[in-house]
Amino acid sequence: MSLLHWAVLSPFLLALIVPILYKLFRQIHTGWFVLILPILLFTYFSSFISLTKRGDIITERAAWIPSLGIHVDFYVDGLGLLFALLITGIGSLVVLYSVFYLSKEKEKLNQFYVFLLLFMGAMLGVVLSDNLIVLYSFWEFTSLSSFLLIGYWNERERSRYGAQKSLLITVFGGLSLLGGIILLAIMGNTFSIRELIAQSGELMDHPLFTPALLLVLLGAFTKSAQFPFHIWLPDAMEAPTPVSAYLHSATMVKAGIYLVARLSPVFAESGIWFWLVSIAGLITLFWGSFSAIKQTDLKGILAFSTISQLGLIMSLLGLGAAALHYESLGENIYLAATVAAVFHLINHATFKGSLFMVAGIIDHETGTRDIRKLGGLMQLMPITFTVAVIGAFSMAGLPPFNGFLSKEMFLASMVDVLELNIFNMETWGTLFPVLAWVASVFTFIYSMIVVLKPFTGKLQLNLLDKKPHEAPIGMLISPIILASLVIIFGIFPNLLSSSIIEPAVAGIQPSLVGPDFQVHIAFWHGFQPELWMTVGIIAFGIILYKTFPKWQKIHQWMPERLSLNALYDNGLRGLERSASSVMKFLMTGSIRTYLLSIFLFFILSLGFTLYWKDAFKLDTGNLAPIGLYEWVLAAITVIGSIAILFARSRLTSIIILGAVGYTISLFFVLLRAPDLALTQLVIETISVSLFLLCFFHLPLMASRKEERMTFRLNNALISIGVGVMVTLIALSAHSNKLFDSISSYYLENAYKEAGGKNVVNVILVDFRGLDTMFEITVLSIAALGIFAMIKLRLTGGKDKS
Amino acid sequence: MKQNDLILQTVTKVAAFVILLFAVAIFLGGHYSPGGGFVGGLMTSAAIVLLLLAFDIKTVTGILPIDYKLMIGSGLFISSLTVAGGLVFGVPLMTHVYQYIDLPLLGHISLHTAVLFDLGVYLVVVGVTMTIIQTIGESE
Repeated sequence: MSLLHWAVLSPFLLALIVPILYKLFRQIHTGWFVLILPILLFTYFSSFISLTKRGDIITERAAWIPSLGIHVDFYVDGLGLLFALLITGIGSLVVLYSVFYLSKEKEKLNQFYVFLLLFMGAMLGVVLSDNLIVLYSFWEFTSLSSFLLIGYWNERERSRYGAQKSLLITVFGGLSLLGGIILLAIMGNTFSIRELIAQSGELMDHPLFTPALLLVLLGAFTKSAQFPFHIWLPDAMEAPTPVSAYLHSATMVKAGIYLVARLSPVFAESGIWFWLVSIAGLITLFWGSFSAIKQTDLKGILAFSTISQLGLIMSLLGLGAAALHYESLGENIYLAATVAAVFHLINHATFKGSLFMVAGIIDHETGTRDIRKLGGLMQLMPITFTVAVIGAFSMAGLPPFNGFLSKEMFLASMVDVLELNIFNMETWGTLFPVLAWVASVFTFIYSMIVVLKPFTGKLQLNLLDKKPHEAPIGMLISPIILASLVIIFGIFPNLLSSSIIEPAVAGIQPSLVGPDFQVHIAFWHGFQPELWMTVGIIAFGIILYKTFPKWQKIHQWMPERLSLNALYDNGLRGLERSASSVMKFLMTGSIRTYLLSIFLFFILSLGFTLYWKDAFKLDTGNLAPIGLYEWVLAAITVIGSIAILFARSRLTSIIILGAVGYTISLFFVLLRAPDLALTQLVIETISVSLFLLCFFHLPLMASRKEERMTFRLNNALISIGVGVMVTLIALSAHSNKLFDSISSYYLENAYKEAGGKNVVNVILVDFRGLDTMFEITVLSIAALGIFAMIKLRLTGGKDKS
Repeated sequence: MKQNDLILQTVTKVAAFVILLFAVAIFLGGHYSPGGGFVGGLMTSAAIVLLLLAFDIKTVTGILPIDYKLMIGSGLFISSLTVAGGLVFGVPLMTHVYQYIDLPLLGHISLHTAVLFDLGVYLVVVGVTMTIIQTIGESE
């Protein structure tokens, strides 16, 4: 394991210690301990900047499952590094902010920081993995940790609803991503992203190419809240504000963007990729900005604005794919779309992060986020107001902030679409700049709502829960830093171009970017069409903002029950209803019924397979001789089994059953399997005592005379069927020797390879150790399940602890 | 209902110790002779069950104040650490290391990381069995 591995692992390790720190140092806010790690990681990753600037790629390998080609390969290139810096940088600021936001007396800080650290580690893993299986594992880990974070205030109904929604949607996408990954691995015979990129040309012609592309995109779209999967993001706003700032604007939702960027070299050559990514992005951009202006919750506006901004970046990545089709062009204008995507990604993290923190401050200081109640906070919170203005104006695309520059670049790319002469762009092409422009007008309006509604107008103290005043200085540090970055990147845009943006673009489009590739972002770029578009956006935006109440009704043309949310809710309800009706049919509560259906299924499926495959065979050639002991034991077993049938009480049945079990273990002794015999003996002892314990709780046995004859006949038929089936299978298994037995391999290698003389134990802990690992996991889950069922039932469904 | 369990209780006091020691012995020797974490764990549980039968739950939890759920967790934890340990040293998952050494009194013995993994199995098995038995037994 290299230092890089430890860096990715470190959040997980710290997460183990956090609960201990929380217990030991109750008077110190746990956040201070956590804060150290992202700062250290940020400095560590900053040291890579000089390397990736030169075009170096740092790779480190640790074997995981080498036999399947799965290694924990981490590699740092421009793209991965950009994300790693975002994760750790914004992470540090968010942790700092959370120290002041979450009270150490009232909140379960240990849980909060464990979840946050798990998330940070998972996210680093996603952006630095080269192996797709490793990437997928971390990917699902981000879904899980965000589920925990959204549901952090789990006593609230809305939190639980939001957490469940985000988990259902992102994990659904994650599963389809897994499908895509497997298809990719089948096509390219490797899980390594770099090796897949190297053979991207051949992959194009594979019949599985399009399915893989669709599955991967489904994963990316659900994660990055693209239309129509965006519905989970607004509900995820139930999480504490630091979480919203971190997960839902700067990092997790960008995992989808990262995936699209990372796999662009593999897929981008295909026209489907271009269409899907750019159209989905544009629709999301439009729909997000359109829905944002009807929200009344400050965080709700920001949630929809995040959706729309993610759509913007996505559409730029889609357009960037067009660059691949113009390799002959000297000055490739479509490469500019990718540059704009990367630049806007950084800018969005800065301004949206600061705006979320502002929303958190307002919530913290006034007790509400409802813009209908807020107003006039400007005098009371001048610093927060300044930060909000910077963030919102940058989001609206106004000079001299960084959002202005990337918005201009975005509009320029959309105009350049008109010159595309591939994919029949002549007809549909105009839709791109038109949609982009309309969405930008809406973006302008909601940016103004975010800053003007709470801070200007009349202060209505009677509507607020608390008397507002300026936030404590600690809470202001992080948003102030982010807002300063907004200005710095706006005025000196080329600060980042050679160190961060160029290497990142090289990571997205390695085939196009040569060593002489240079990004130059000009603050003043002449009277280009995009400048006039911006002027139009501002003019129209102001007019529409002023007349907002008049056309607001436009949002009501779509009835509530036709919305996507209603579709989701009804779908979920329908699923629950049908599942519970199936369960009611199957789960009668009588173990007899369960056993009957299990045995019936067993007889039918195995019997059919035996018949269908003509698998029954009787070979008496190599049977062992049967000695006196075997005869005696067999007789005892048979007599015992028959005796159970005629036992008059449960107690007798249990004891006879135990006796039969002991006889079986004597068989193992005879057949020289001491391990099995030992296990069987102890198991038999324990299960008899378990039976005796349960026995106490069982209802009285129905008297045998009351049971109807047909019922008993059915039972007899099924038990005879099971017996016959097991015998048939045992005989056929003995007679059909399709493969050589594996036992000789174990016998030969047990001592040589694993240094053990007891082959059974060596198999358990070494050769098939992973099976054992999962077995004990299953056992543990079962035990905890039993514990929960019995304890919860006793306390009437309430948790006693 | 008051019963006179004097004989059972006296025998148990001796037998439980013998069984426990035997369980530890077959657990440790598992790699070379019949036994191992699974059987050892079951055997240990059997000893505790015997105690439970001879005395009552309250007395036994007084003697062995163990949270068996915690035991499950620590067992799983130890096992997964041994499984993942290979990653730290850059070898495939679940690679075991062993070494023969000579110690005074004990003689020629082997040290094996498989025992750590088995210890996890042992703890889980004891924890699981006892959790189930205790939960059902307590639910009167």
